[in-house]
Amino acid sequence: MGVSEGFVRFDKVDKTYDGSVLVVAGLDLEVRRGEFLTLLGPSGSGKTTTLMMLAGFETPTRGVITLEGKDITRVPPHKRGLGMVFQNYALFPHMTVAENLAFPLEVRGVPKAVIREKVARALAMVRLPQLGDRLPSQLSGGQQQRVALARALVFEPVLVLMDEPLGALDKQLREHMQYEIKQLHDQLGVTVVYVTHDQSEALTMSDRIAVFHEGRIQQIADPRTIYEHPDTAFVAQFIGENNRLEGTVERVADGMASVVVADGSKVIAEAGPGVAAGHRVLVSLRPERLRLNQPNGSAANNFSGRVLEVIYHGDHLRVRLNALGRDDFIVKAPVIGGEGLTVGSEVSISWREVDGRALPL
Amino acid sequence: MLPAVFVGKRMDPQKALLRDLKRAERRRRLIAFALVAPLFLFLLVFFVLPIGDMLRRSLVDTELSEVWPRTTALTKVWVWDRVSEPTPEMYRALAEDIRQSAQERTIAVAARRLNYALDNGRSLVMNTARELRRQTDEPADWRARLIEIDPAWGDRKTWIAISQAAGPFTDYYLLTALDLERNEKDKIVRRPPERSLYLQVLGRTLLISATVTVLALILGFPVAYLVANAPKRIAGLLMILVLLPFWTSLLVRSAAWIVLLQDQGLVNDMLQALGITSGPVRLIFNRTGVIVAMTHVLLPFMILPMVATMKAIPPTYMRAALSLGAHPAIAFIRVYLPQTLPGVGAGVLLVFIMALGYYVTPALVGGADDQMLAHFIAFYTTSSANWGLAAALGVLLLTATAILYMVYAKLVGIGQVKLG
Repeated sequence: MGVSEGFVRFDKVDKTYDGSVLVVAGLDLEVRRGEFLTLLGPSGSGKTTTLMMLAGFETPTRGVITLEGKDITRVPPHKRGLGMVFQNYALFPHMTVAENLAFPLEVRGVPKAVIREKVARALAMVRLPQLGDRLPSQLSGGQQQRVALARALVFEPVLVLMDEPLGALDKQLREHMQYEIKQLHDQLGVTVVYVTHDQSEALTMSDRIAVFHEGRIQQIADPRTIYEHPDTAFVAQFIGENNRLEGTVERVADGMASVVVADGSKVIAEAGPGVAAGHRVLVSLRPERLRLNQPNGSAANNFSGRVLEVIYHGDHLRVRLNALGRDDFIVKAPVIGGEGLTVGSEVSISWREVDGRALPL
Repeated sequence: MLPAVFVGKRMDPQKALLRDLKRAERRRRLIAFALVAPLFLFLLVFFVLPIGDMLRRSLVDTELSEVWPRTTALTKVWVWDRVSEPTPEMYRALAEDIRQSAQERTIAVAARRLNYALDNGRSLVMNTARELRRQTDEPADWRARLIEIDPAWGDRKTWIAISQAAGPFTDYYLLTALDLERNEKDKIVRRPPERSLYLQVLGRTLLISATVTVLALILGFPVAYLVANAPKRIAGLLMILVLLPFWTSLLVRSAAWIVLLQDQGLVNDMLQALGITSGPVRLIFNRTGVIVAMTHVLLPFMILPMVATMKAIPPTYMRAALSLGAHPAIAFIRVYLPQTLPGVGAGVLLVFIMALGYYVTPALVGGADDQMLAHFIAFYTTSSANWGLAAALGVLLLTATAILYMVYAKLVGIGQVKLG
């Protein structure tokens, strides 16, 4: 599966519905051939509009969209040849599963015998070989989702768009389907552009994630970079949990910033893009990167705090502390070794400098 | 009371569970009954009973036997042997009945009833009554006397008509509604064309209703689509326009069409001004007028169920079809249209059945040859007081509607029809 650059390009794309608010503003985006790209963001961030422009259901107000070098900005949706999976499946209720799958092939004039074979293969692919004669209403949510997936793939499109396809499923099924979709992607080598507001979905499935906020891409990178090295305060906050300490940068050296936070403590953290001495910054600390009662010399940050609350989560303890001038300081501690964490006890908190991130406010 | 488990020794636990379930559900069922009871009673008193009464009236025939009890009692016996001539007792009984009913002023009832079956039934009875009032003597041979007054009394046809009207039940009205009659040998035969009417009227009723339904569907579908898919504010405005005809009296709307469509009306003036026609085109008081006015009146009943159905179709279906490579026209026909069928089915059913019973509009804007079955029902109920025939025509209309409904249900699948 060769990943190549510039399979789909958005070039300075603007979109406005009312002439005053830009839903998508100055969007430059490249989708690589064969990758699984997730557009992630809260509702109203422009991710769905971006997907709809790529599908052809919305027209950019300004800018150009190209697919394999061809300008498709004004090409109607039915001529784009993209597969699409919708949030509520959009399986045609008056057609059986097999008829639904045959539909994209029929409108392309594929011979009947070939259609039968391809439909059977697509059903086998999503592991529903027996259900061709059922109506969509006779299927469970997960089965409908698989049929919708098969229908978007059966005509072998080069690009498949998915608009929150797992939004209507319960948690367990959703996680299972994430795995299945990912597997299909690896198996078929098809390019997927996937829209979701669920950050864990984005992290587990994607090759790359584009985080949207207020019509702009905040950061586009692989899941690990997005999670561990967020570029902006929004990305840090939107993806995963974090402790947020506001402060002023004292100095930056070797990519590490010394930040004086509210209570006067000095914190050392990785400097985000453009962070320099004198800037107001937000230091983002992931709760699972913090250590309690493990004093060692290698950690650059060592502080003390008082336990306010301990909640047992089964696989970890969630400890709320009063530390660094805040009383909502959260640490996820392992259950083993957590015996000493009782409410009111004084503990030490430590973390490595690379585990914190100083981001421009 | 012991729970079912303890009774278990003698009772199958499954049965005990069922019994307990029934008991638990009883209260809810009672509440449900109480909620529908008022409407149920209303429908029973004002819908089911009147329809039942109509069915009864189309079969019951006691008018003649009430005013001429002696004659009808004798003809009933005579019925069994129709080759024979009427007996002298029958003539005597007839004379006595005519005299008595003339005295009691009920002779008109008999005259009217016989007039249904005999061409000159009314004048025959009334003239005879008048003669008998003058001739007060009691002749030995009533047969000769009555034939002397009117030779029709010697005709077997007259007596057959009396015997057929003797009651208490008759198929006369229903046969008439079907353009059939009983001949002298009591066989059911087709009425001669000059006395046939109702099958033709029924055919006309069905044709007009079907035409109106098709037109309403063609005109209503795009409007319904627009209303269902327009932005909220515009959809509200369009809906008001669709409903506007509902707020105007049926009479006023029909009359407005007369103003528009008459020879010097707006439409004709415009056609001539545009040079499309050289003289006025007859648009009103004929079939065109009836169909135009009825389509207008019934259009909302077509549009409303379609809007309801179309509103429930999420736009993602069309989008999905397009994304799968279907041309918009193909997507519309193969994906959107089939999903509108419940609404289309309901609209078609509503409009067609309502059109079948239409009366006021054809009466106002139609010609003599455009009157529908309801017109004749109204005529026989109000103008000529022939309740039996009115009821029989009602039965004809009801039966035709029921048969069409069943055929329709079979074709479309009644589960498919959504009236909300």
